[in-house]
Amino acid sequence: MIISVASGKGGTGKTTVSTNLALSIEQKVQLFDCDVEEPNCHLFLNPVMGKKEPVIAPVPEIDLEKCTFCKKCMDICRFGALAVLKKEVLTFDTLCHSCGGCFEVCPEGAVLEKKRSLGDIEHGSARGISFVRGCMDVGQVMAPPIIRKVRSYTDPNLVTIIDAPPGTSCPVIAAMNKADFVLLVTEPTPFGLHDLKLAVETVKILGIPHGLVINRAGLGNDDVKRYSEKEHLPILMEIPFDKKIAQIYSNGQMVVDKLPEYKEKFQDLFEKIAQLVEKGGQNR
Amino acid sequence: MKVAVTSQGDTLDAQLDPRFGRAAYILIVDTETLEFEAFNNQENKDSFKGAGIQAATTVSDKDVEVLLTGFCGPNAFKTLEAAGVKVVNDQSGRVIDAVQKFKQGNVVFADDANKDGHW
Repeated sequence: MIISVASGKGGTGKTTVSTNLALSIEQKVQLFDCDVEEPNCHLFLNPVMGKKEPVIAPVPEIDLEKCTFCKKCMDICRFGALAVLKKEVLTFDTLCHSCGGCFEVCPEGAVLEKKRSLGDIEHGSARGISFVRGCMDVGQVMAPPIIRKVRSYTDPNLVTIIDAPPGTSCPVIAAMNKADFVLLVTEPTPFGLHDLKLAVETVKILGIPHGLVINRAGLGNDDVKRYSEKEHLPILMEIPFDKKIAQIYSNGQMVVDKLPEYKEKFQDLFEKIAQLVEKGGQNR
Repeated sequence: MKVAVTSQGDTLDAQLDPRFGRAAYILIVDTETLEFEAFNNQENKDSFKGAGIQAATTVSDKDVEVLLTGFCGPNAFKTLEAAGVKVVNDQSGRVIDAVQKFKQGNVVFADDANKDGHW
């Protein structure tokens, strides 16, 4: 079973929920840190890290000896990554999405494949959890291939928990797509609600069963609850706005280690998710 | 000499469009005769990415020597430089005024982009 932990708004508690959930449940777990722009699960789990693999994407390089400046490569590129001028062709690596279109359409075989490093993924383990994390290179902007590479290590015999990036754009889709369940972590503030709505719309389009964790409950107002009632969005867990939890987090520690009563709460969360997945979800 | 001017309309009296890649029109003006061609940049204006690069290749294709505009980003500037098109930034007012100002030699050619790229 694949559970993707997403949020819309950043800083709502995705990592707190993912890591504590992974540590609490009885099943064998793999945890994927797919927030590749700023992976941070390792700060809390302190895994022993092992194998590291690069994530490489092909980008075009033009052989000017063969090029006839016909512009077919430029015309097929949706991202403006090629500029065919009269005597020169410029390529813009950071705009390229590595779709391969330019290699295909060139009648002269003048578009050569150059390798570009996007980032890397690292394997590790922590307290019985098998851990994979993606990390994007500084200056790069293309996260989805790194996320897909992390997810290629999905073991169908394990429970897979994905710590997704914030937002609702391509990287988030890459981290939610084909999950069995999307767990949306929000906070009861106007910002939390605003971005939660966007996240819910996104999950609905993907047709994935989903439910809510309200973190810092007690803060803000009741609008998130009213919204969830209206949308028939099940609230599966509430984590109170509690100074103790904030301190534990700031020290890089696990809530379930310091406040053992939470272990049962996270197990209970997992049970609710499993039930919703079984009955095909609330909003499918 | 042919110059390109980014424009909000398709006449020489129109206001100069400060944006380069996403300008409404790009007017290709002959500085001697003031004859011009109005290139409708709509497709580029609404493009997803790389508008500046595409606009720069358009300008290069029209045998333009100088571009008069408001702001030019790094990818557009790089492309124009490779195409041998000189860039004059920070222009405003009517297109015709920018052309006249250029003819009087009252301009500075840019040696770099004057706007950050958009992500």
